[in-house]
Order: sequence, then C-alpha cells, then structure tokens
Amino acid sequence: MTIAQPLIQARGLVKRFGDFTAVDGIDVEVRAGEAFGFLGPNGAGKSSTMRMVGCISPPSGGELRILGMDPVRDGPAIRARLGVCPQLDNLDPELTVRENLTTYARYFGIPRRVARERAAELLDFVQLTERADSKVEPLSGGMKRRLTIARALVNNPEIVLLDEPTTGLDPQARHLVWERLFRLTQQGVTLVLTTHYMDEAEQLCDRLVVMDGGRIVAEGSPRALIEEHSTREVVELRFAADSQEAFAGKLDGLGERVEVLPDRILLYVADGDAAVAEVTALGLVPASVLVRRSSLEDVFLHLTGRTLVD
Amino acid sequence: MADMSVAERVRPALPRVPALAVLAHYLVGYRRTWRAGVFSSFLLPVLTVLGFGVGVGAYVDQGVGGVPYLAWLVPGLIASTALQVAIGESTWPVLSNFRWIKTYFAQVAAPLRIGDILAGHLAFVLFRVFTSTAAFLVVTALFGALRSPWAVAVLPVVLLLSLAVAAPTFAFSAWAPSDSYLALLFRFAVIPMTLFAGVFFPVESLPSGLRQLAYATPLWHGVDLCRAATLGEAPQWSVGGHLLYLAAWALAGWLLARRAFRRSLVV
Repeated sequence: MTIAQPLIQARGLVKRFGDFTAVDGIDVEVRAGEAFGFLGPNGAGKSSTMRMVGCISPPSGGELRILGMDPVRDGPAIRARLGVCPQLDNLDPELTVRENLTTYARYFGIPRRVARERAAELLDFVQLTERADSKVEPLSGGMKRRLTIARALVNNPEIVLLDEPTTGLDPQARHLVWERLFRLTQQGVTLVLTTHYMDEAEQLCDRLVVMDGGRIVAEGSPRALIEEHSTREVVELRFAADSQEAFAGKLDGLGERVEVLPDRILLYVADGDAAVAEVTALGLVPASVLVRRSSLEDVFLHLTGRTLVD
Repeated sequence: MADMSVAERVRPALPRVPALAVLAHYLVGYRRTWRAGVFSSFLLPVLTVLGFGVGVGAYVDQGVGGVPYLAWLVPGLIASTALQVAIGESTWPVLSNFRWIKTYFAQVAAPLRIGDILAGHLAFVLFRVFTSTAAFLVVTALFGALRSPWAVAVLPVVLLLSLAVAAPTFAFSAWAPSDSYLALLFRFAVIPMTLFAGVFFPVESLPSGLRQLAYATPLWHGVDLCRAATLGEAPQWSVGGHLLYLAAWALAGWLLARRAFRRSLVV
C-alpha cells in the first residue's frame, strides 16, 4: 500500500433496505491521519455508511475499499485493524471496567499479559484508572463513553470509527471526550466520526461531508464550507413579536441573504457591524442585535433545511 | 497514552481459535456469579432426590420394571435438569445480548465471524450444563442412586442433548420479537417435555398418539441414554440411533441459529 492510497475509498456507495435507500451513491475518500466527519440530520444515512465502513453491513451497490481490502471478503482482516465506538454503548455491565478491555482484547488475538498492560495504559488515557476494578453499571454516561472509546483503541487501530461520540453527554463530559479525541489525532490516528453537532464537527474534523437524504450535499474543511455556503458574519435581529414581518420587507437587499424566522431575522453579511449601521440608518430599532461569526450550523441549516427531521 | 510503548507491542490479528476468546468473555463474567450458582446446583438435586425419589418413590413399591423408583428416576432428572439449564442459558441471555446489553453487536465489530460468536456462547452453555450435571452426579452417587460405572457416560450424553436443544433455542431467542415469547417456549415446550418425555414415568404408559410425540422430543432420547448408563442396561433404542437423532437436532439448530444471528447482526 502506497502512502497516497486513501484508507477508505467509496465510489457510488449505495445501501438499500428493501425499498428504502439509506445511502444513495456517495463518493468518499479518507486519507491517513485525518479526522473526517459525516455530518447530517437524523436519517441522512450517516450510520448506515459507518456500518458499511465497519464491515458489518454489506454494501448494496457501488465500490468500497478499506485499507485496500474488500469489506465483504476480508471483513475480519479489516476489522482487526479498526476501532469501533458505536452510538449506543454496548459494554458488558457484569464485568469490571478493566475486564471490559481485557476480554475485548482477546477478540484481537492479543496475549493476556499485553492486554492487561494495554488496558492499564488506556484507562490512564481516558482517566478511568481509579475506576478500573469497579463494575460498569454505576458509571456515569461520560465515563461509559470514555470506556467505550478506550475499548475501541484496545487493538491499536489504524482507523477509529465513532458514531455520534458525544450524543447524550453533558457539556463537561463532551469537552473531555473531544480533548481525548484531539490527542488521538495528534498521535496520527485516523478518525472517522458522525455527528449532528456542529461544534463537534468544527472542533474535531479536518474535513467533512454534509449528508442529507442519503446523498452528499457538500464537502470540505469546516472553514471552506463556511466560506462557500455562508457569509463571514451573521447578524441576528429581534423585533417585537408582531412587527417582525413588517420589518423584514425593509431589510431586503441587505447583505447576501435575509432569513426570516418566527422569532428573529438573520442577515448573512460580510461585515456585521456595517450591516447593523445600515439597519439603524433605515430608522429601524430592533429589540436586540447580535453580531456573530458564521458557523457550520449556518451552513448545515442552509444545506439541509430547517424542517424538523424525526 | 502519551508514551505508546505498550501500543507498539499490540499486534492486532485474528485470534487462533476465535470462539475460545468469546468463551473466555463469558467465563470472566461467570467468575463473579458462580458462588451463588454452586449452592443451588447441589441443593436442587438433593431436594429433587428427596422429594421425588424418596417421597414419591415410597408409594411406588414395585419400582419400574423391577428397578427401585429412585434409581429409575435419577437419570431422567439429570437429563431434564441439563435440558432446563441449556434452555435457560439460551433464552434470556441470548435475547439480552441482542436487545439489552448488546454484547453480540460489540463482538461483531471485532474480527469475529457469526459462527465464532455463536460457537463461543454455545460453548459457555455447555460449560454450565457440564458443571451442574457433574454436581448432580456427585450428589446422586452419594445417595447410592447410580447403579453402574457407565454413569460417567451421562456427561457426554447431556452435552449432546444440550446442544440439540440449545442451538434451536438460540435461533428462537434471536428471532423472538420480545421476551414474552421466551415464556411461551417454557410453557409449551420445556414443561410438557419434562412431564411427558419419560422422566417421571415410562412413555409406554402414554396413549399412542402422545407416545409418538414423546419419542419425537430430544429429551426422551437423552433420558433413555442416561437411564441406560446409570442402570448399566441397554437402552430402548439403539445408541447410534439416539446419538444421530440428537446430532440432527443440533445441526439443524446450528444452521437456523446462524441464519437468525446473521439476520440480526449483518444488516
């Protein structure tokens, strides 16, 4: 395998469940050492894609190569070199924290003694050394998640797949997980993650694709996506509840795009302060004004729409 | 993990016998709970021998076919206990591994095949059957209820019987839409089998239609072999016929279970 060859390569990848097409012909390349994200609303096809990459779900069409191998034919050989952190923790609650790692290590043919040392090292890494001999059951959600991440690392994998790694965690727990994942990327581990949190994607991903309805609707670095699909800054204006529509008409032509939401008006502009000055010059007095940098969330909502997906 | 010295020695590969790695997982879990189990695996045979053998046996003065009732009953109890342990370990634990604690999903993400995951868990079920049967044999030997050294042949027989019932039960539990289906299995399969497959009275006492049903159950074949072993007599059927019949159940169960596991895990 040459260095230039991508670790994961998908061309026209399709996954169907009966009549339903979950993944509808996507092209993806993940290179060694990068942190790659699949971003999208629920039902966009992220998890189905991850399961195909994890070699437990055979593709319905298209081409998929992982570490240069065929996931259907070489499943076990590929999985030996992957780490998988599933969306829902599937730790064994009957075992201790340490035993969850050592028993899992044996699935990778790792000798018992090496497995014990590796477990100690990983528990230190995810800051669970003090809980090593306690059962999994009473651990907090954040601790269980960190243990699941440690378990995904037990075989020293070349690619770590993380399906919504911080969904359901409180802010402190999320930041700790991010910090640990960032450390991994610093060590050259390739991360592939799905998320619907924009801040997570901006924090962790070098490059990402936005998925919607089984297709890729945008691709690039977080910064490039913001530049391409949004403006540099966003001005959020709030007016008295009933006067919103009336004001909206007067703002037409201000900045690149005006979006009217039930509770506020968004102006997509290059220079927020200048836009606020223009609004004031028009004689409009909003109840509140917020100037902020454009975020991946703006890109995401612009590309996938504001309709609620359940 | 700032210093990856250990990581460098981690060489992920396929385990030599993957099913053994799976079995090891269950044994580690069992290490925490076995004490509670040991007490009941000795107590249960003592109670059943006392209750059925000594208590009920007192009313069966001529025994069965010239054999004292206790000695006639014990091999049947051993086989039916093995069956209950085998099916008990193949129902809720399997369902839980799919639905509640999701162990199988963690295993399928590792370099294991469906057959490894299945074989490792089945091996643990057989281990449980082996230990509880061995305990039963020891207790009943102390009561003098084993009349032949052939009684040790009970161990391989109950392992085959257990495989014959555990493998299809794995398939059933993997398919079961909810855990209330598992209770149905006990109500309509395990309890009738225990009552009518020759454990407590000879199947010859049954009307002919029911008798044919009893012959079709894997339990009757296990009971007949166990009884032949502990009494040191020839079984009613040929030994080869019994073994083949049980092996056929095990094989069919294995194929069904593998298909059911694949359907749930590889989607």
